Amino acid sequence: MTAAFPAPQADPRDRLAGAIPKLRAFAISLARDATMADDLVQDTILKAWSNIEKFDPATNLDAWLFTILRNTFYSSLRKTRREVQDSEGVHAASLSVKPAHDGHMAMQEFQRAFDKLSPEHREVLILVGASGFSCEEAAEMMGVAIGTVKSRASRARKRLAELLHLQNGEDMFSGTDGATQAVVMRTAAAGF
Amino acid sequence: MKKDKEGDVPNRQAIRAQIDENLKRVYTATLNEELPDRFRDLLEQLKSKAAGKGGTE
Repeated sequence: MTAAFPAPQADPRDRLAGAIPKLRAFAISLARDATMADDLVQDTILKAWSNIEKFDPATNLDAWLFTILRNTFYSSLRKTRREVQDSEGVHAASLSVKPAHDGHMAMQEFQRAFDKLSPEHREVLILVGASGFSCEEAAEMMGVAIGTVKSRASRARKRLAELLHLQNGEDMFSGTDGATQAVVMRTAAAGF
Repeated sequence: MKKDKEGDVPNRQAIRAQIDENLKRVYTATLNEELPDRFRDLLEQLKSKAAGKGGTE
């Protein structure tokens, strides 16, 4: 059991169990629904298990698994497209929830804003912003150029900031009352 | 766009830092959730099926 020299015959399938928490966190970020996320993880494990010979042990197993998961997610999304487009309007009203009064950005508020992003934006933010993959790795997983990863991540952060009223996003929420706006702005300022 | 650049840039960096910090918080919170049993069961099942076929051949 030496980590430095993995035996050449070591079966990568033995490492699947250890990757599940990460896969599940990624799946939840993408699907925003625990049941759907768990189904995604299950599909990913099954696909990985039966296609394990396609995995190059010299590469990152997490990245390979994340790629399977995201591809599975997007192909199922194509089937339920209507649902996705709906989500933009459905959650809009709930966004005026006021943040916690302690001045710290409420997790719930952040989560709600995050959930409003497009799947592509959630994906890029989780990959490069939270799970610690490099832009290069993310580009490979997403099947796009590194530049695309960077610009997409930047647009996603901007959009999120707008949703949280951390920037000049007021015009996106003309219905938001001034008091909420003021509280959110103060919260943002207190965070710095 | 409408703001002067000097005041805008550090502000943007602070916002970015705050966003990334929150992203990590949300992600880590999910990461630390207890896993449903179905995954452990699934792997057990796959393993015993593979073993039944004669292992790694």
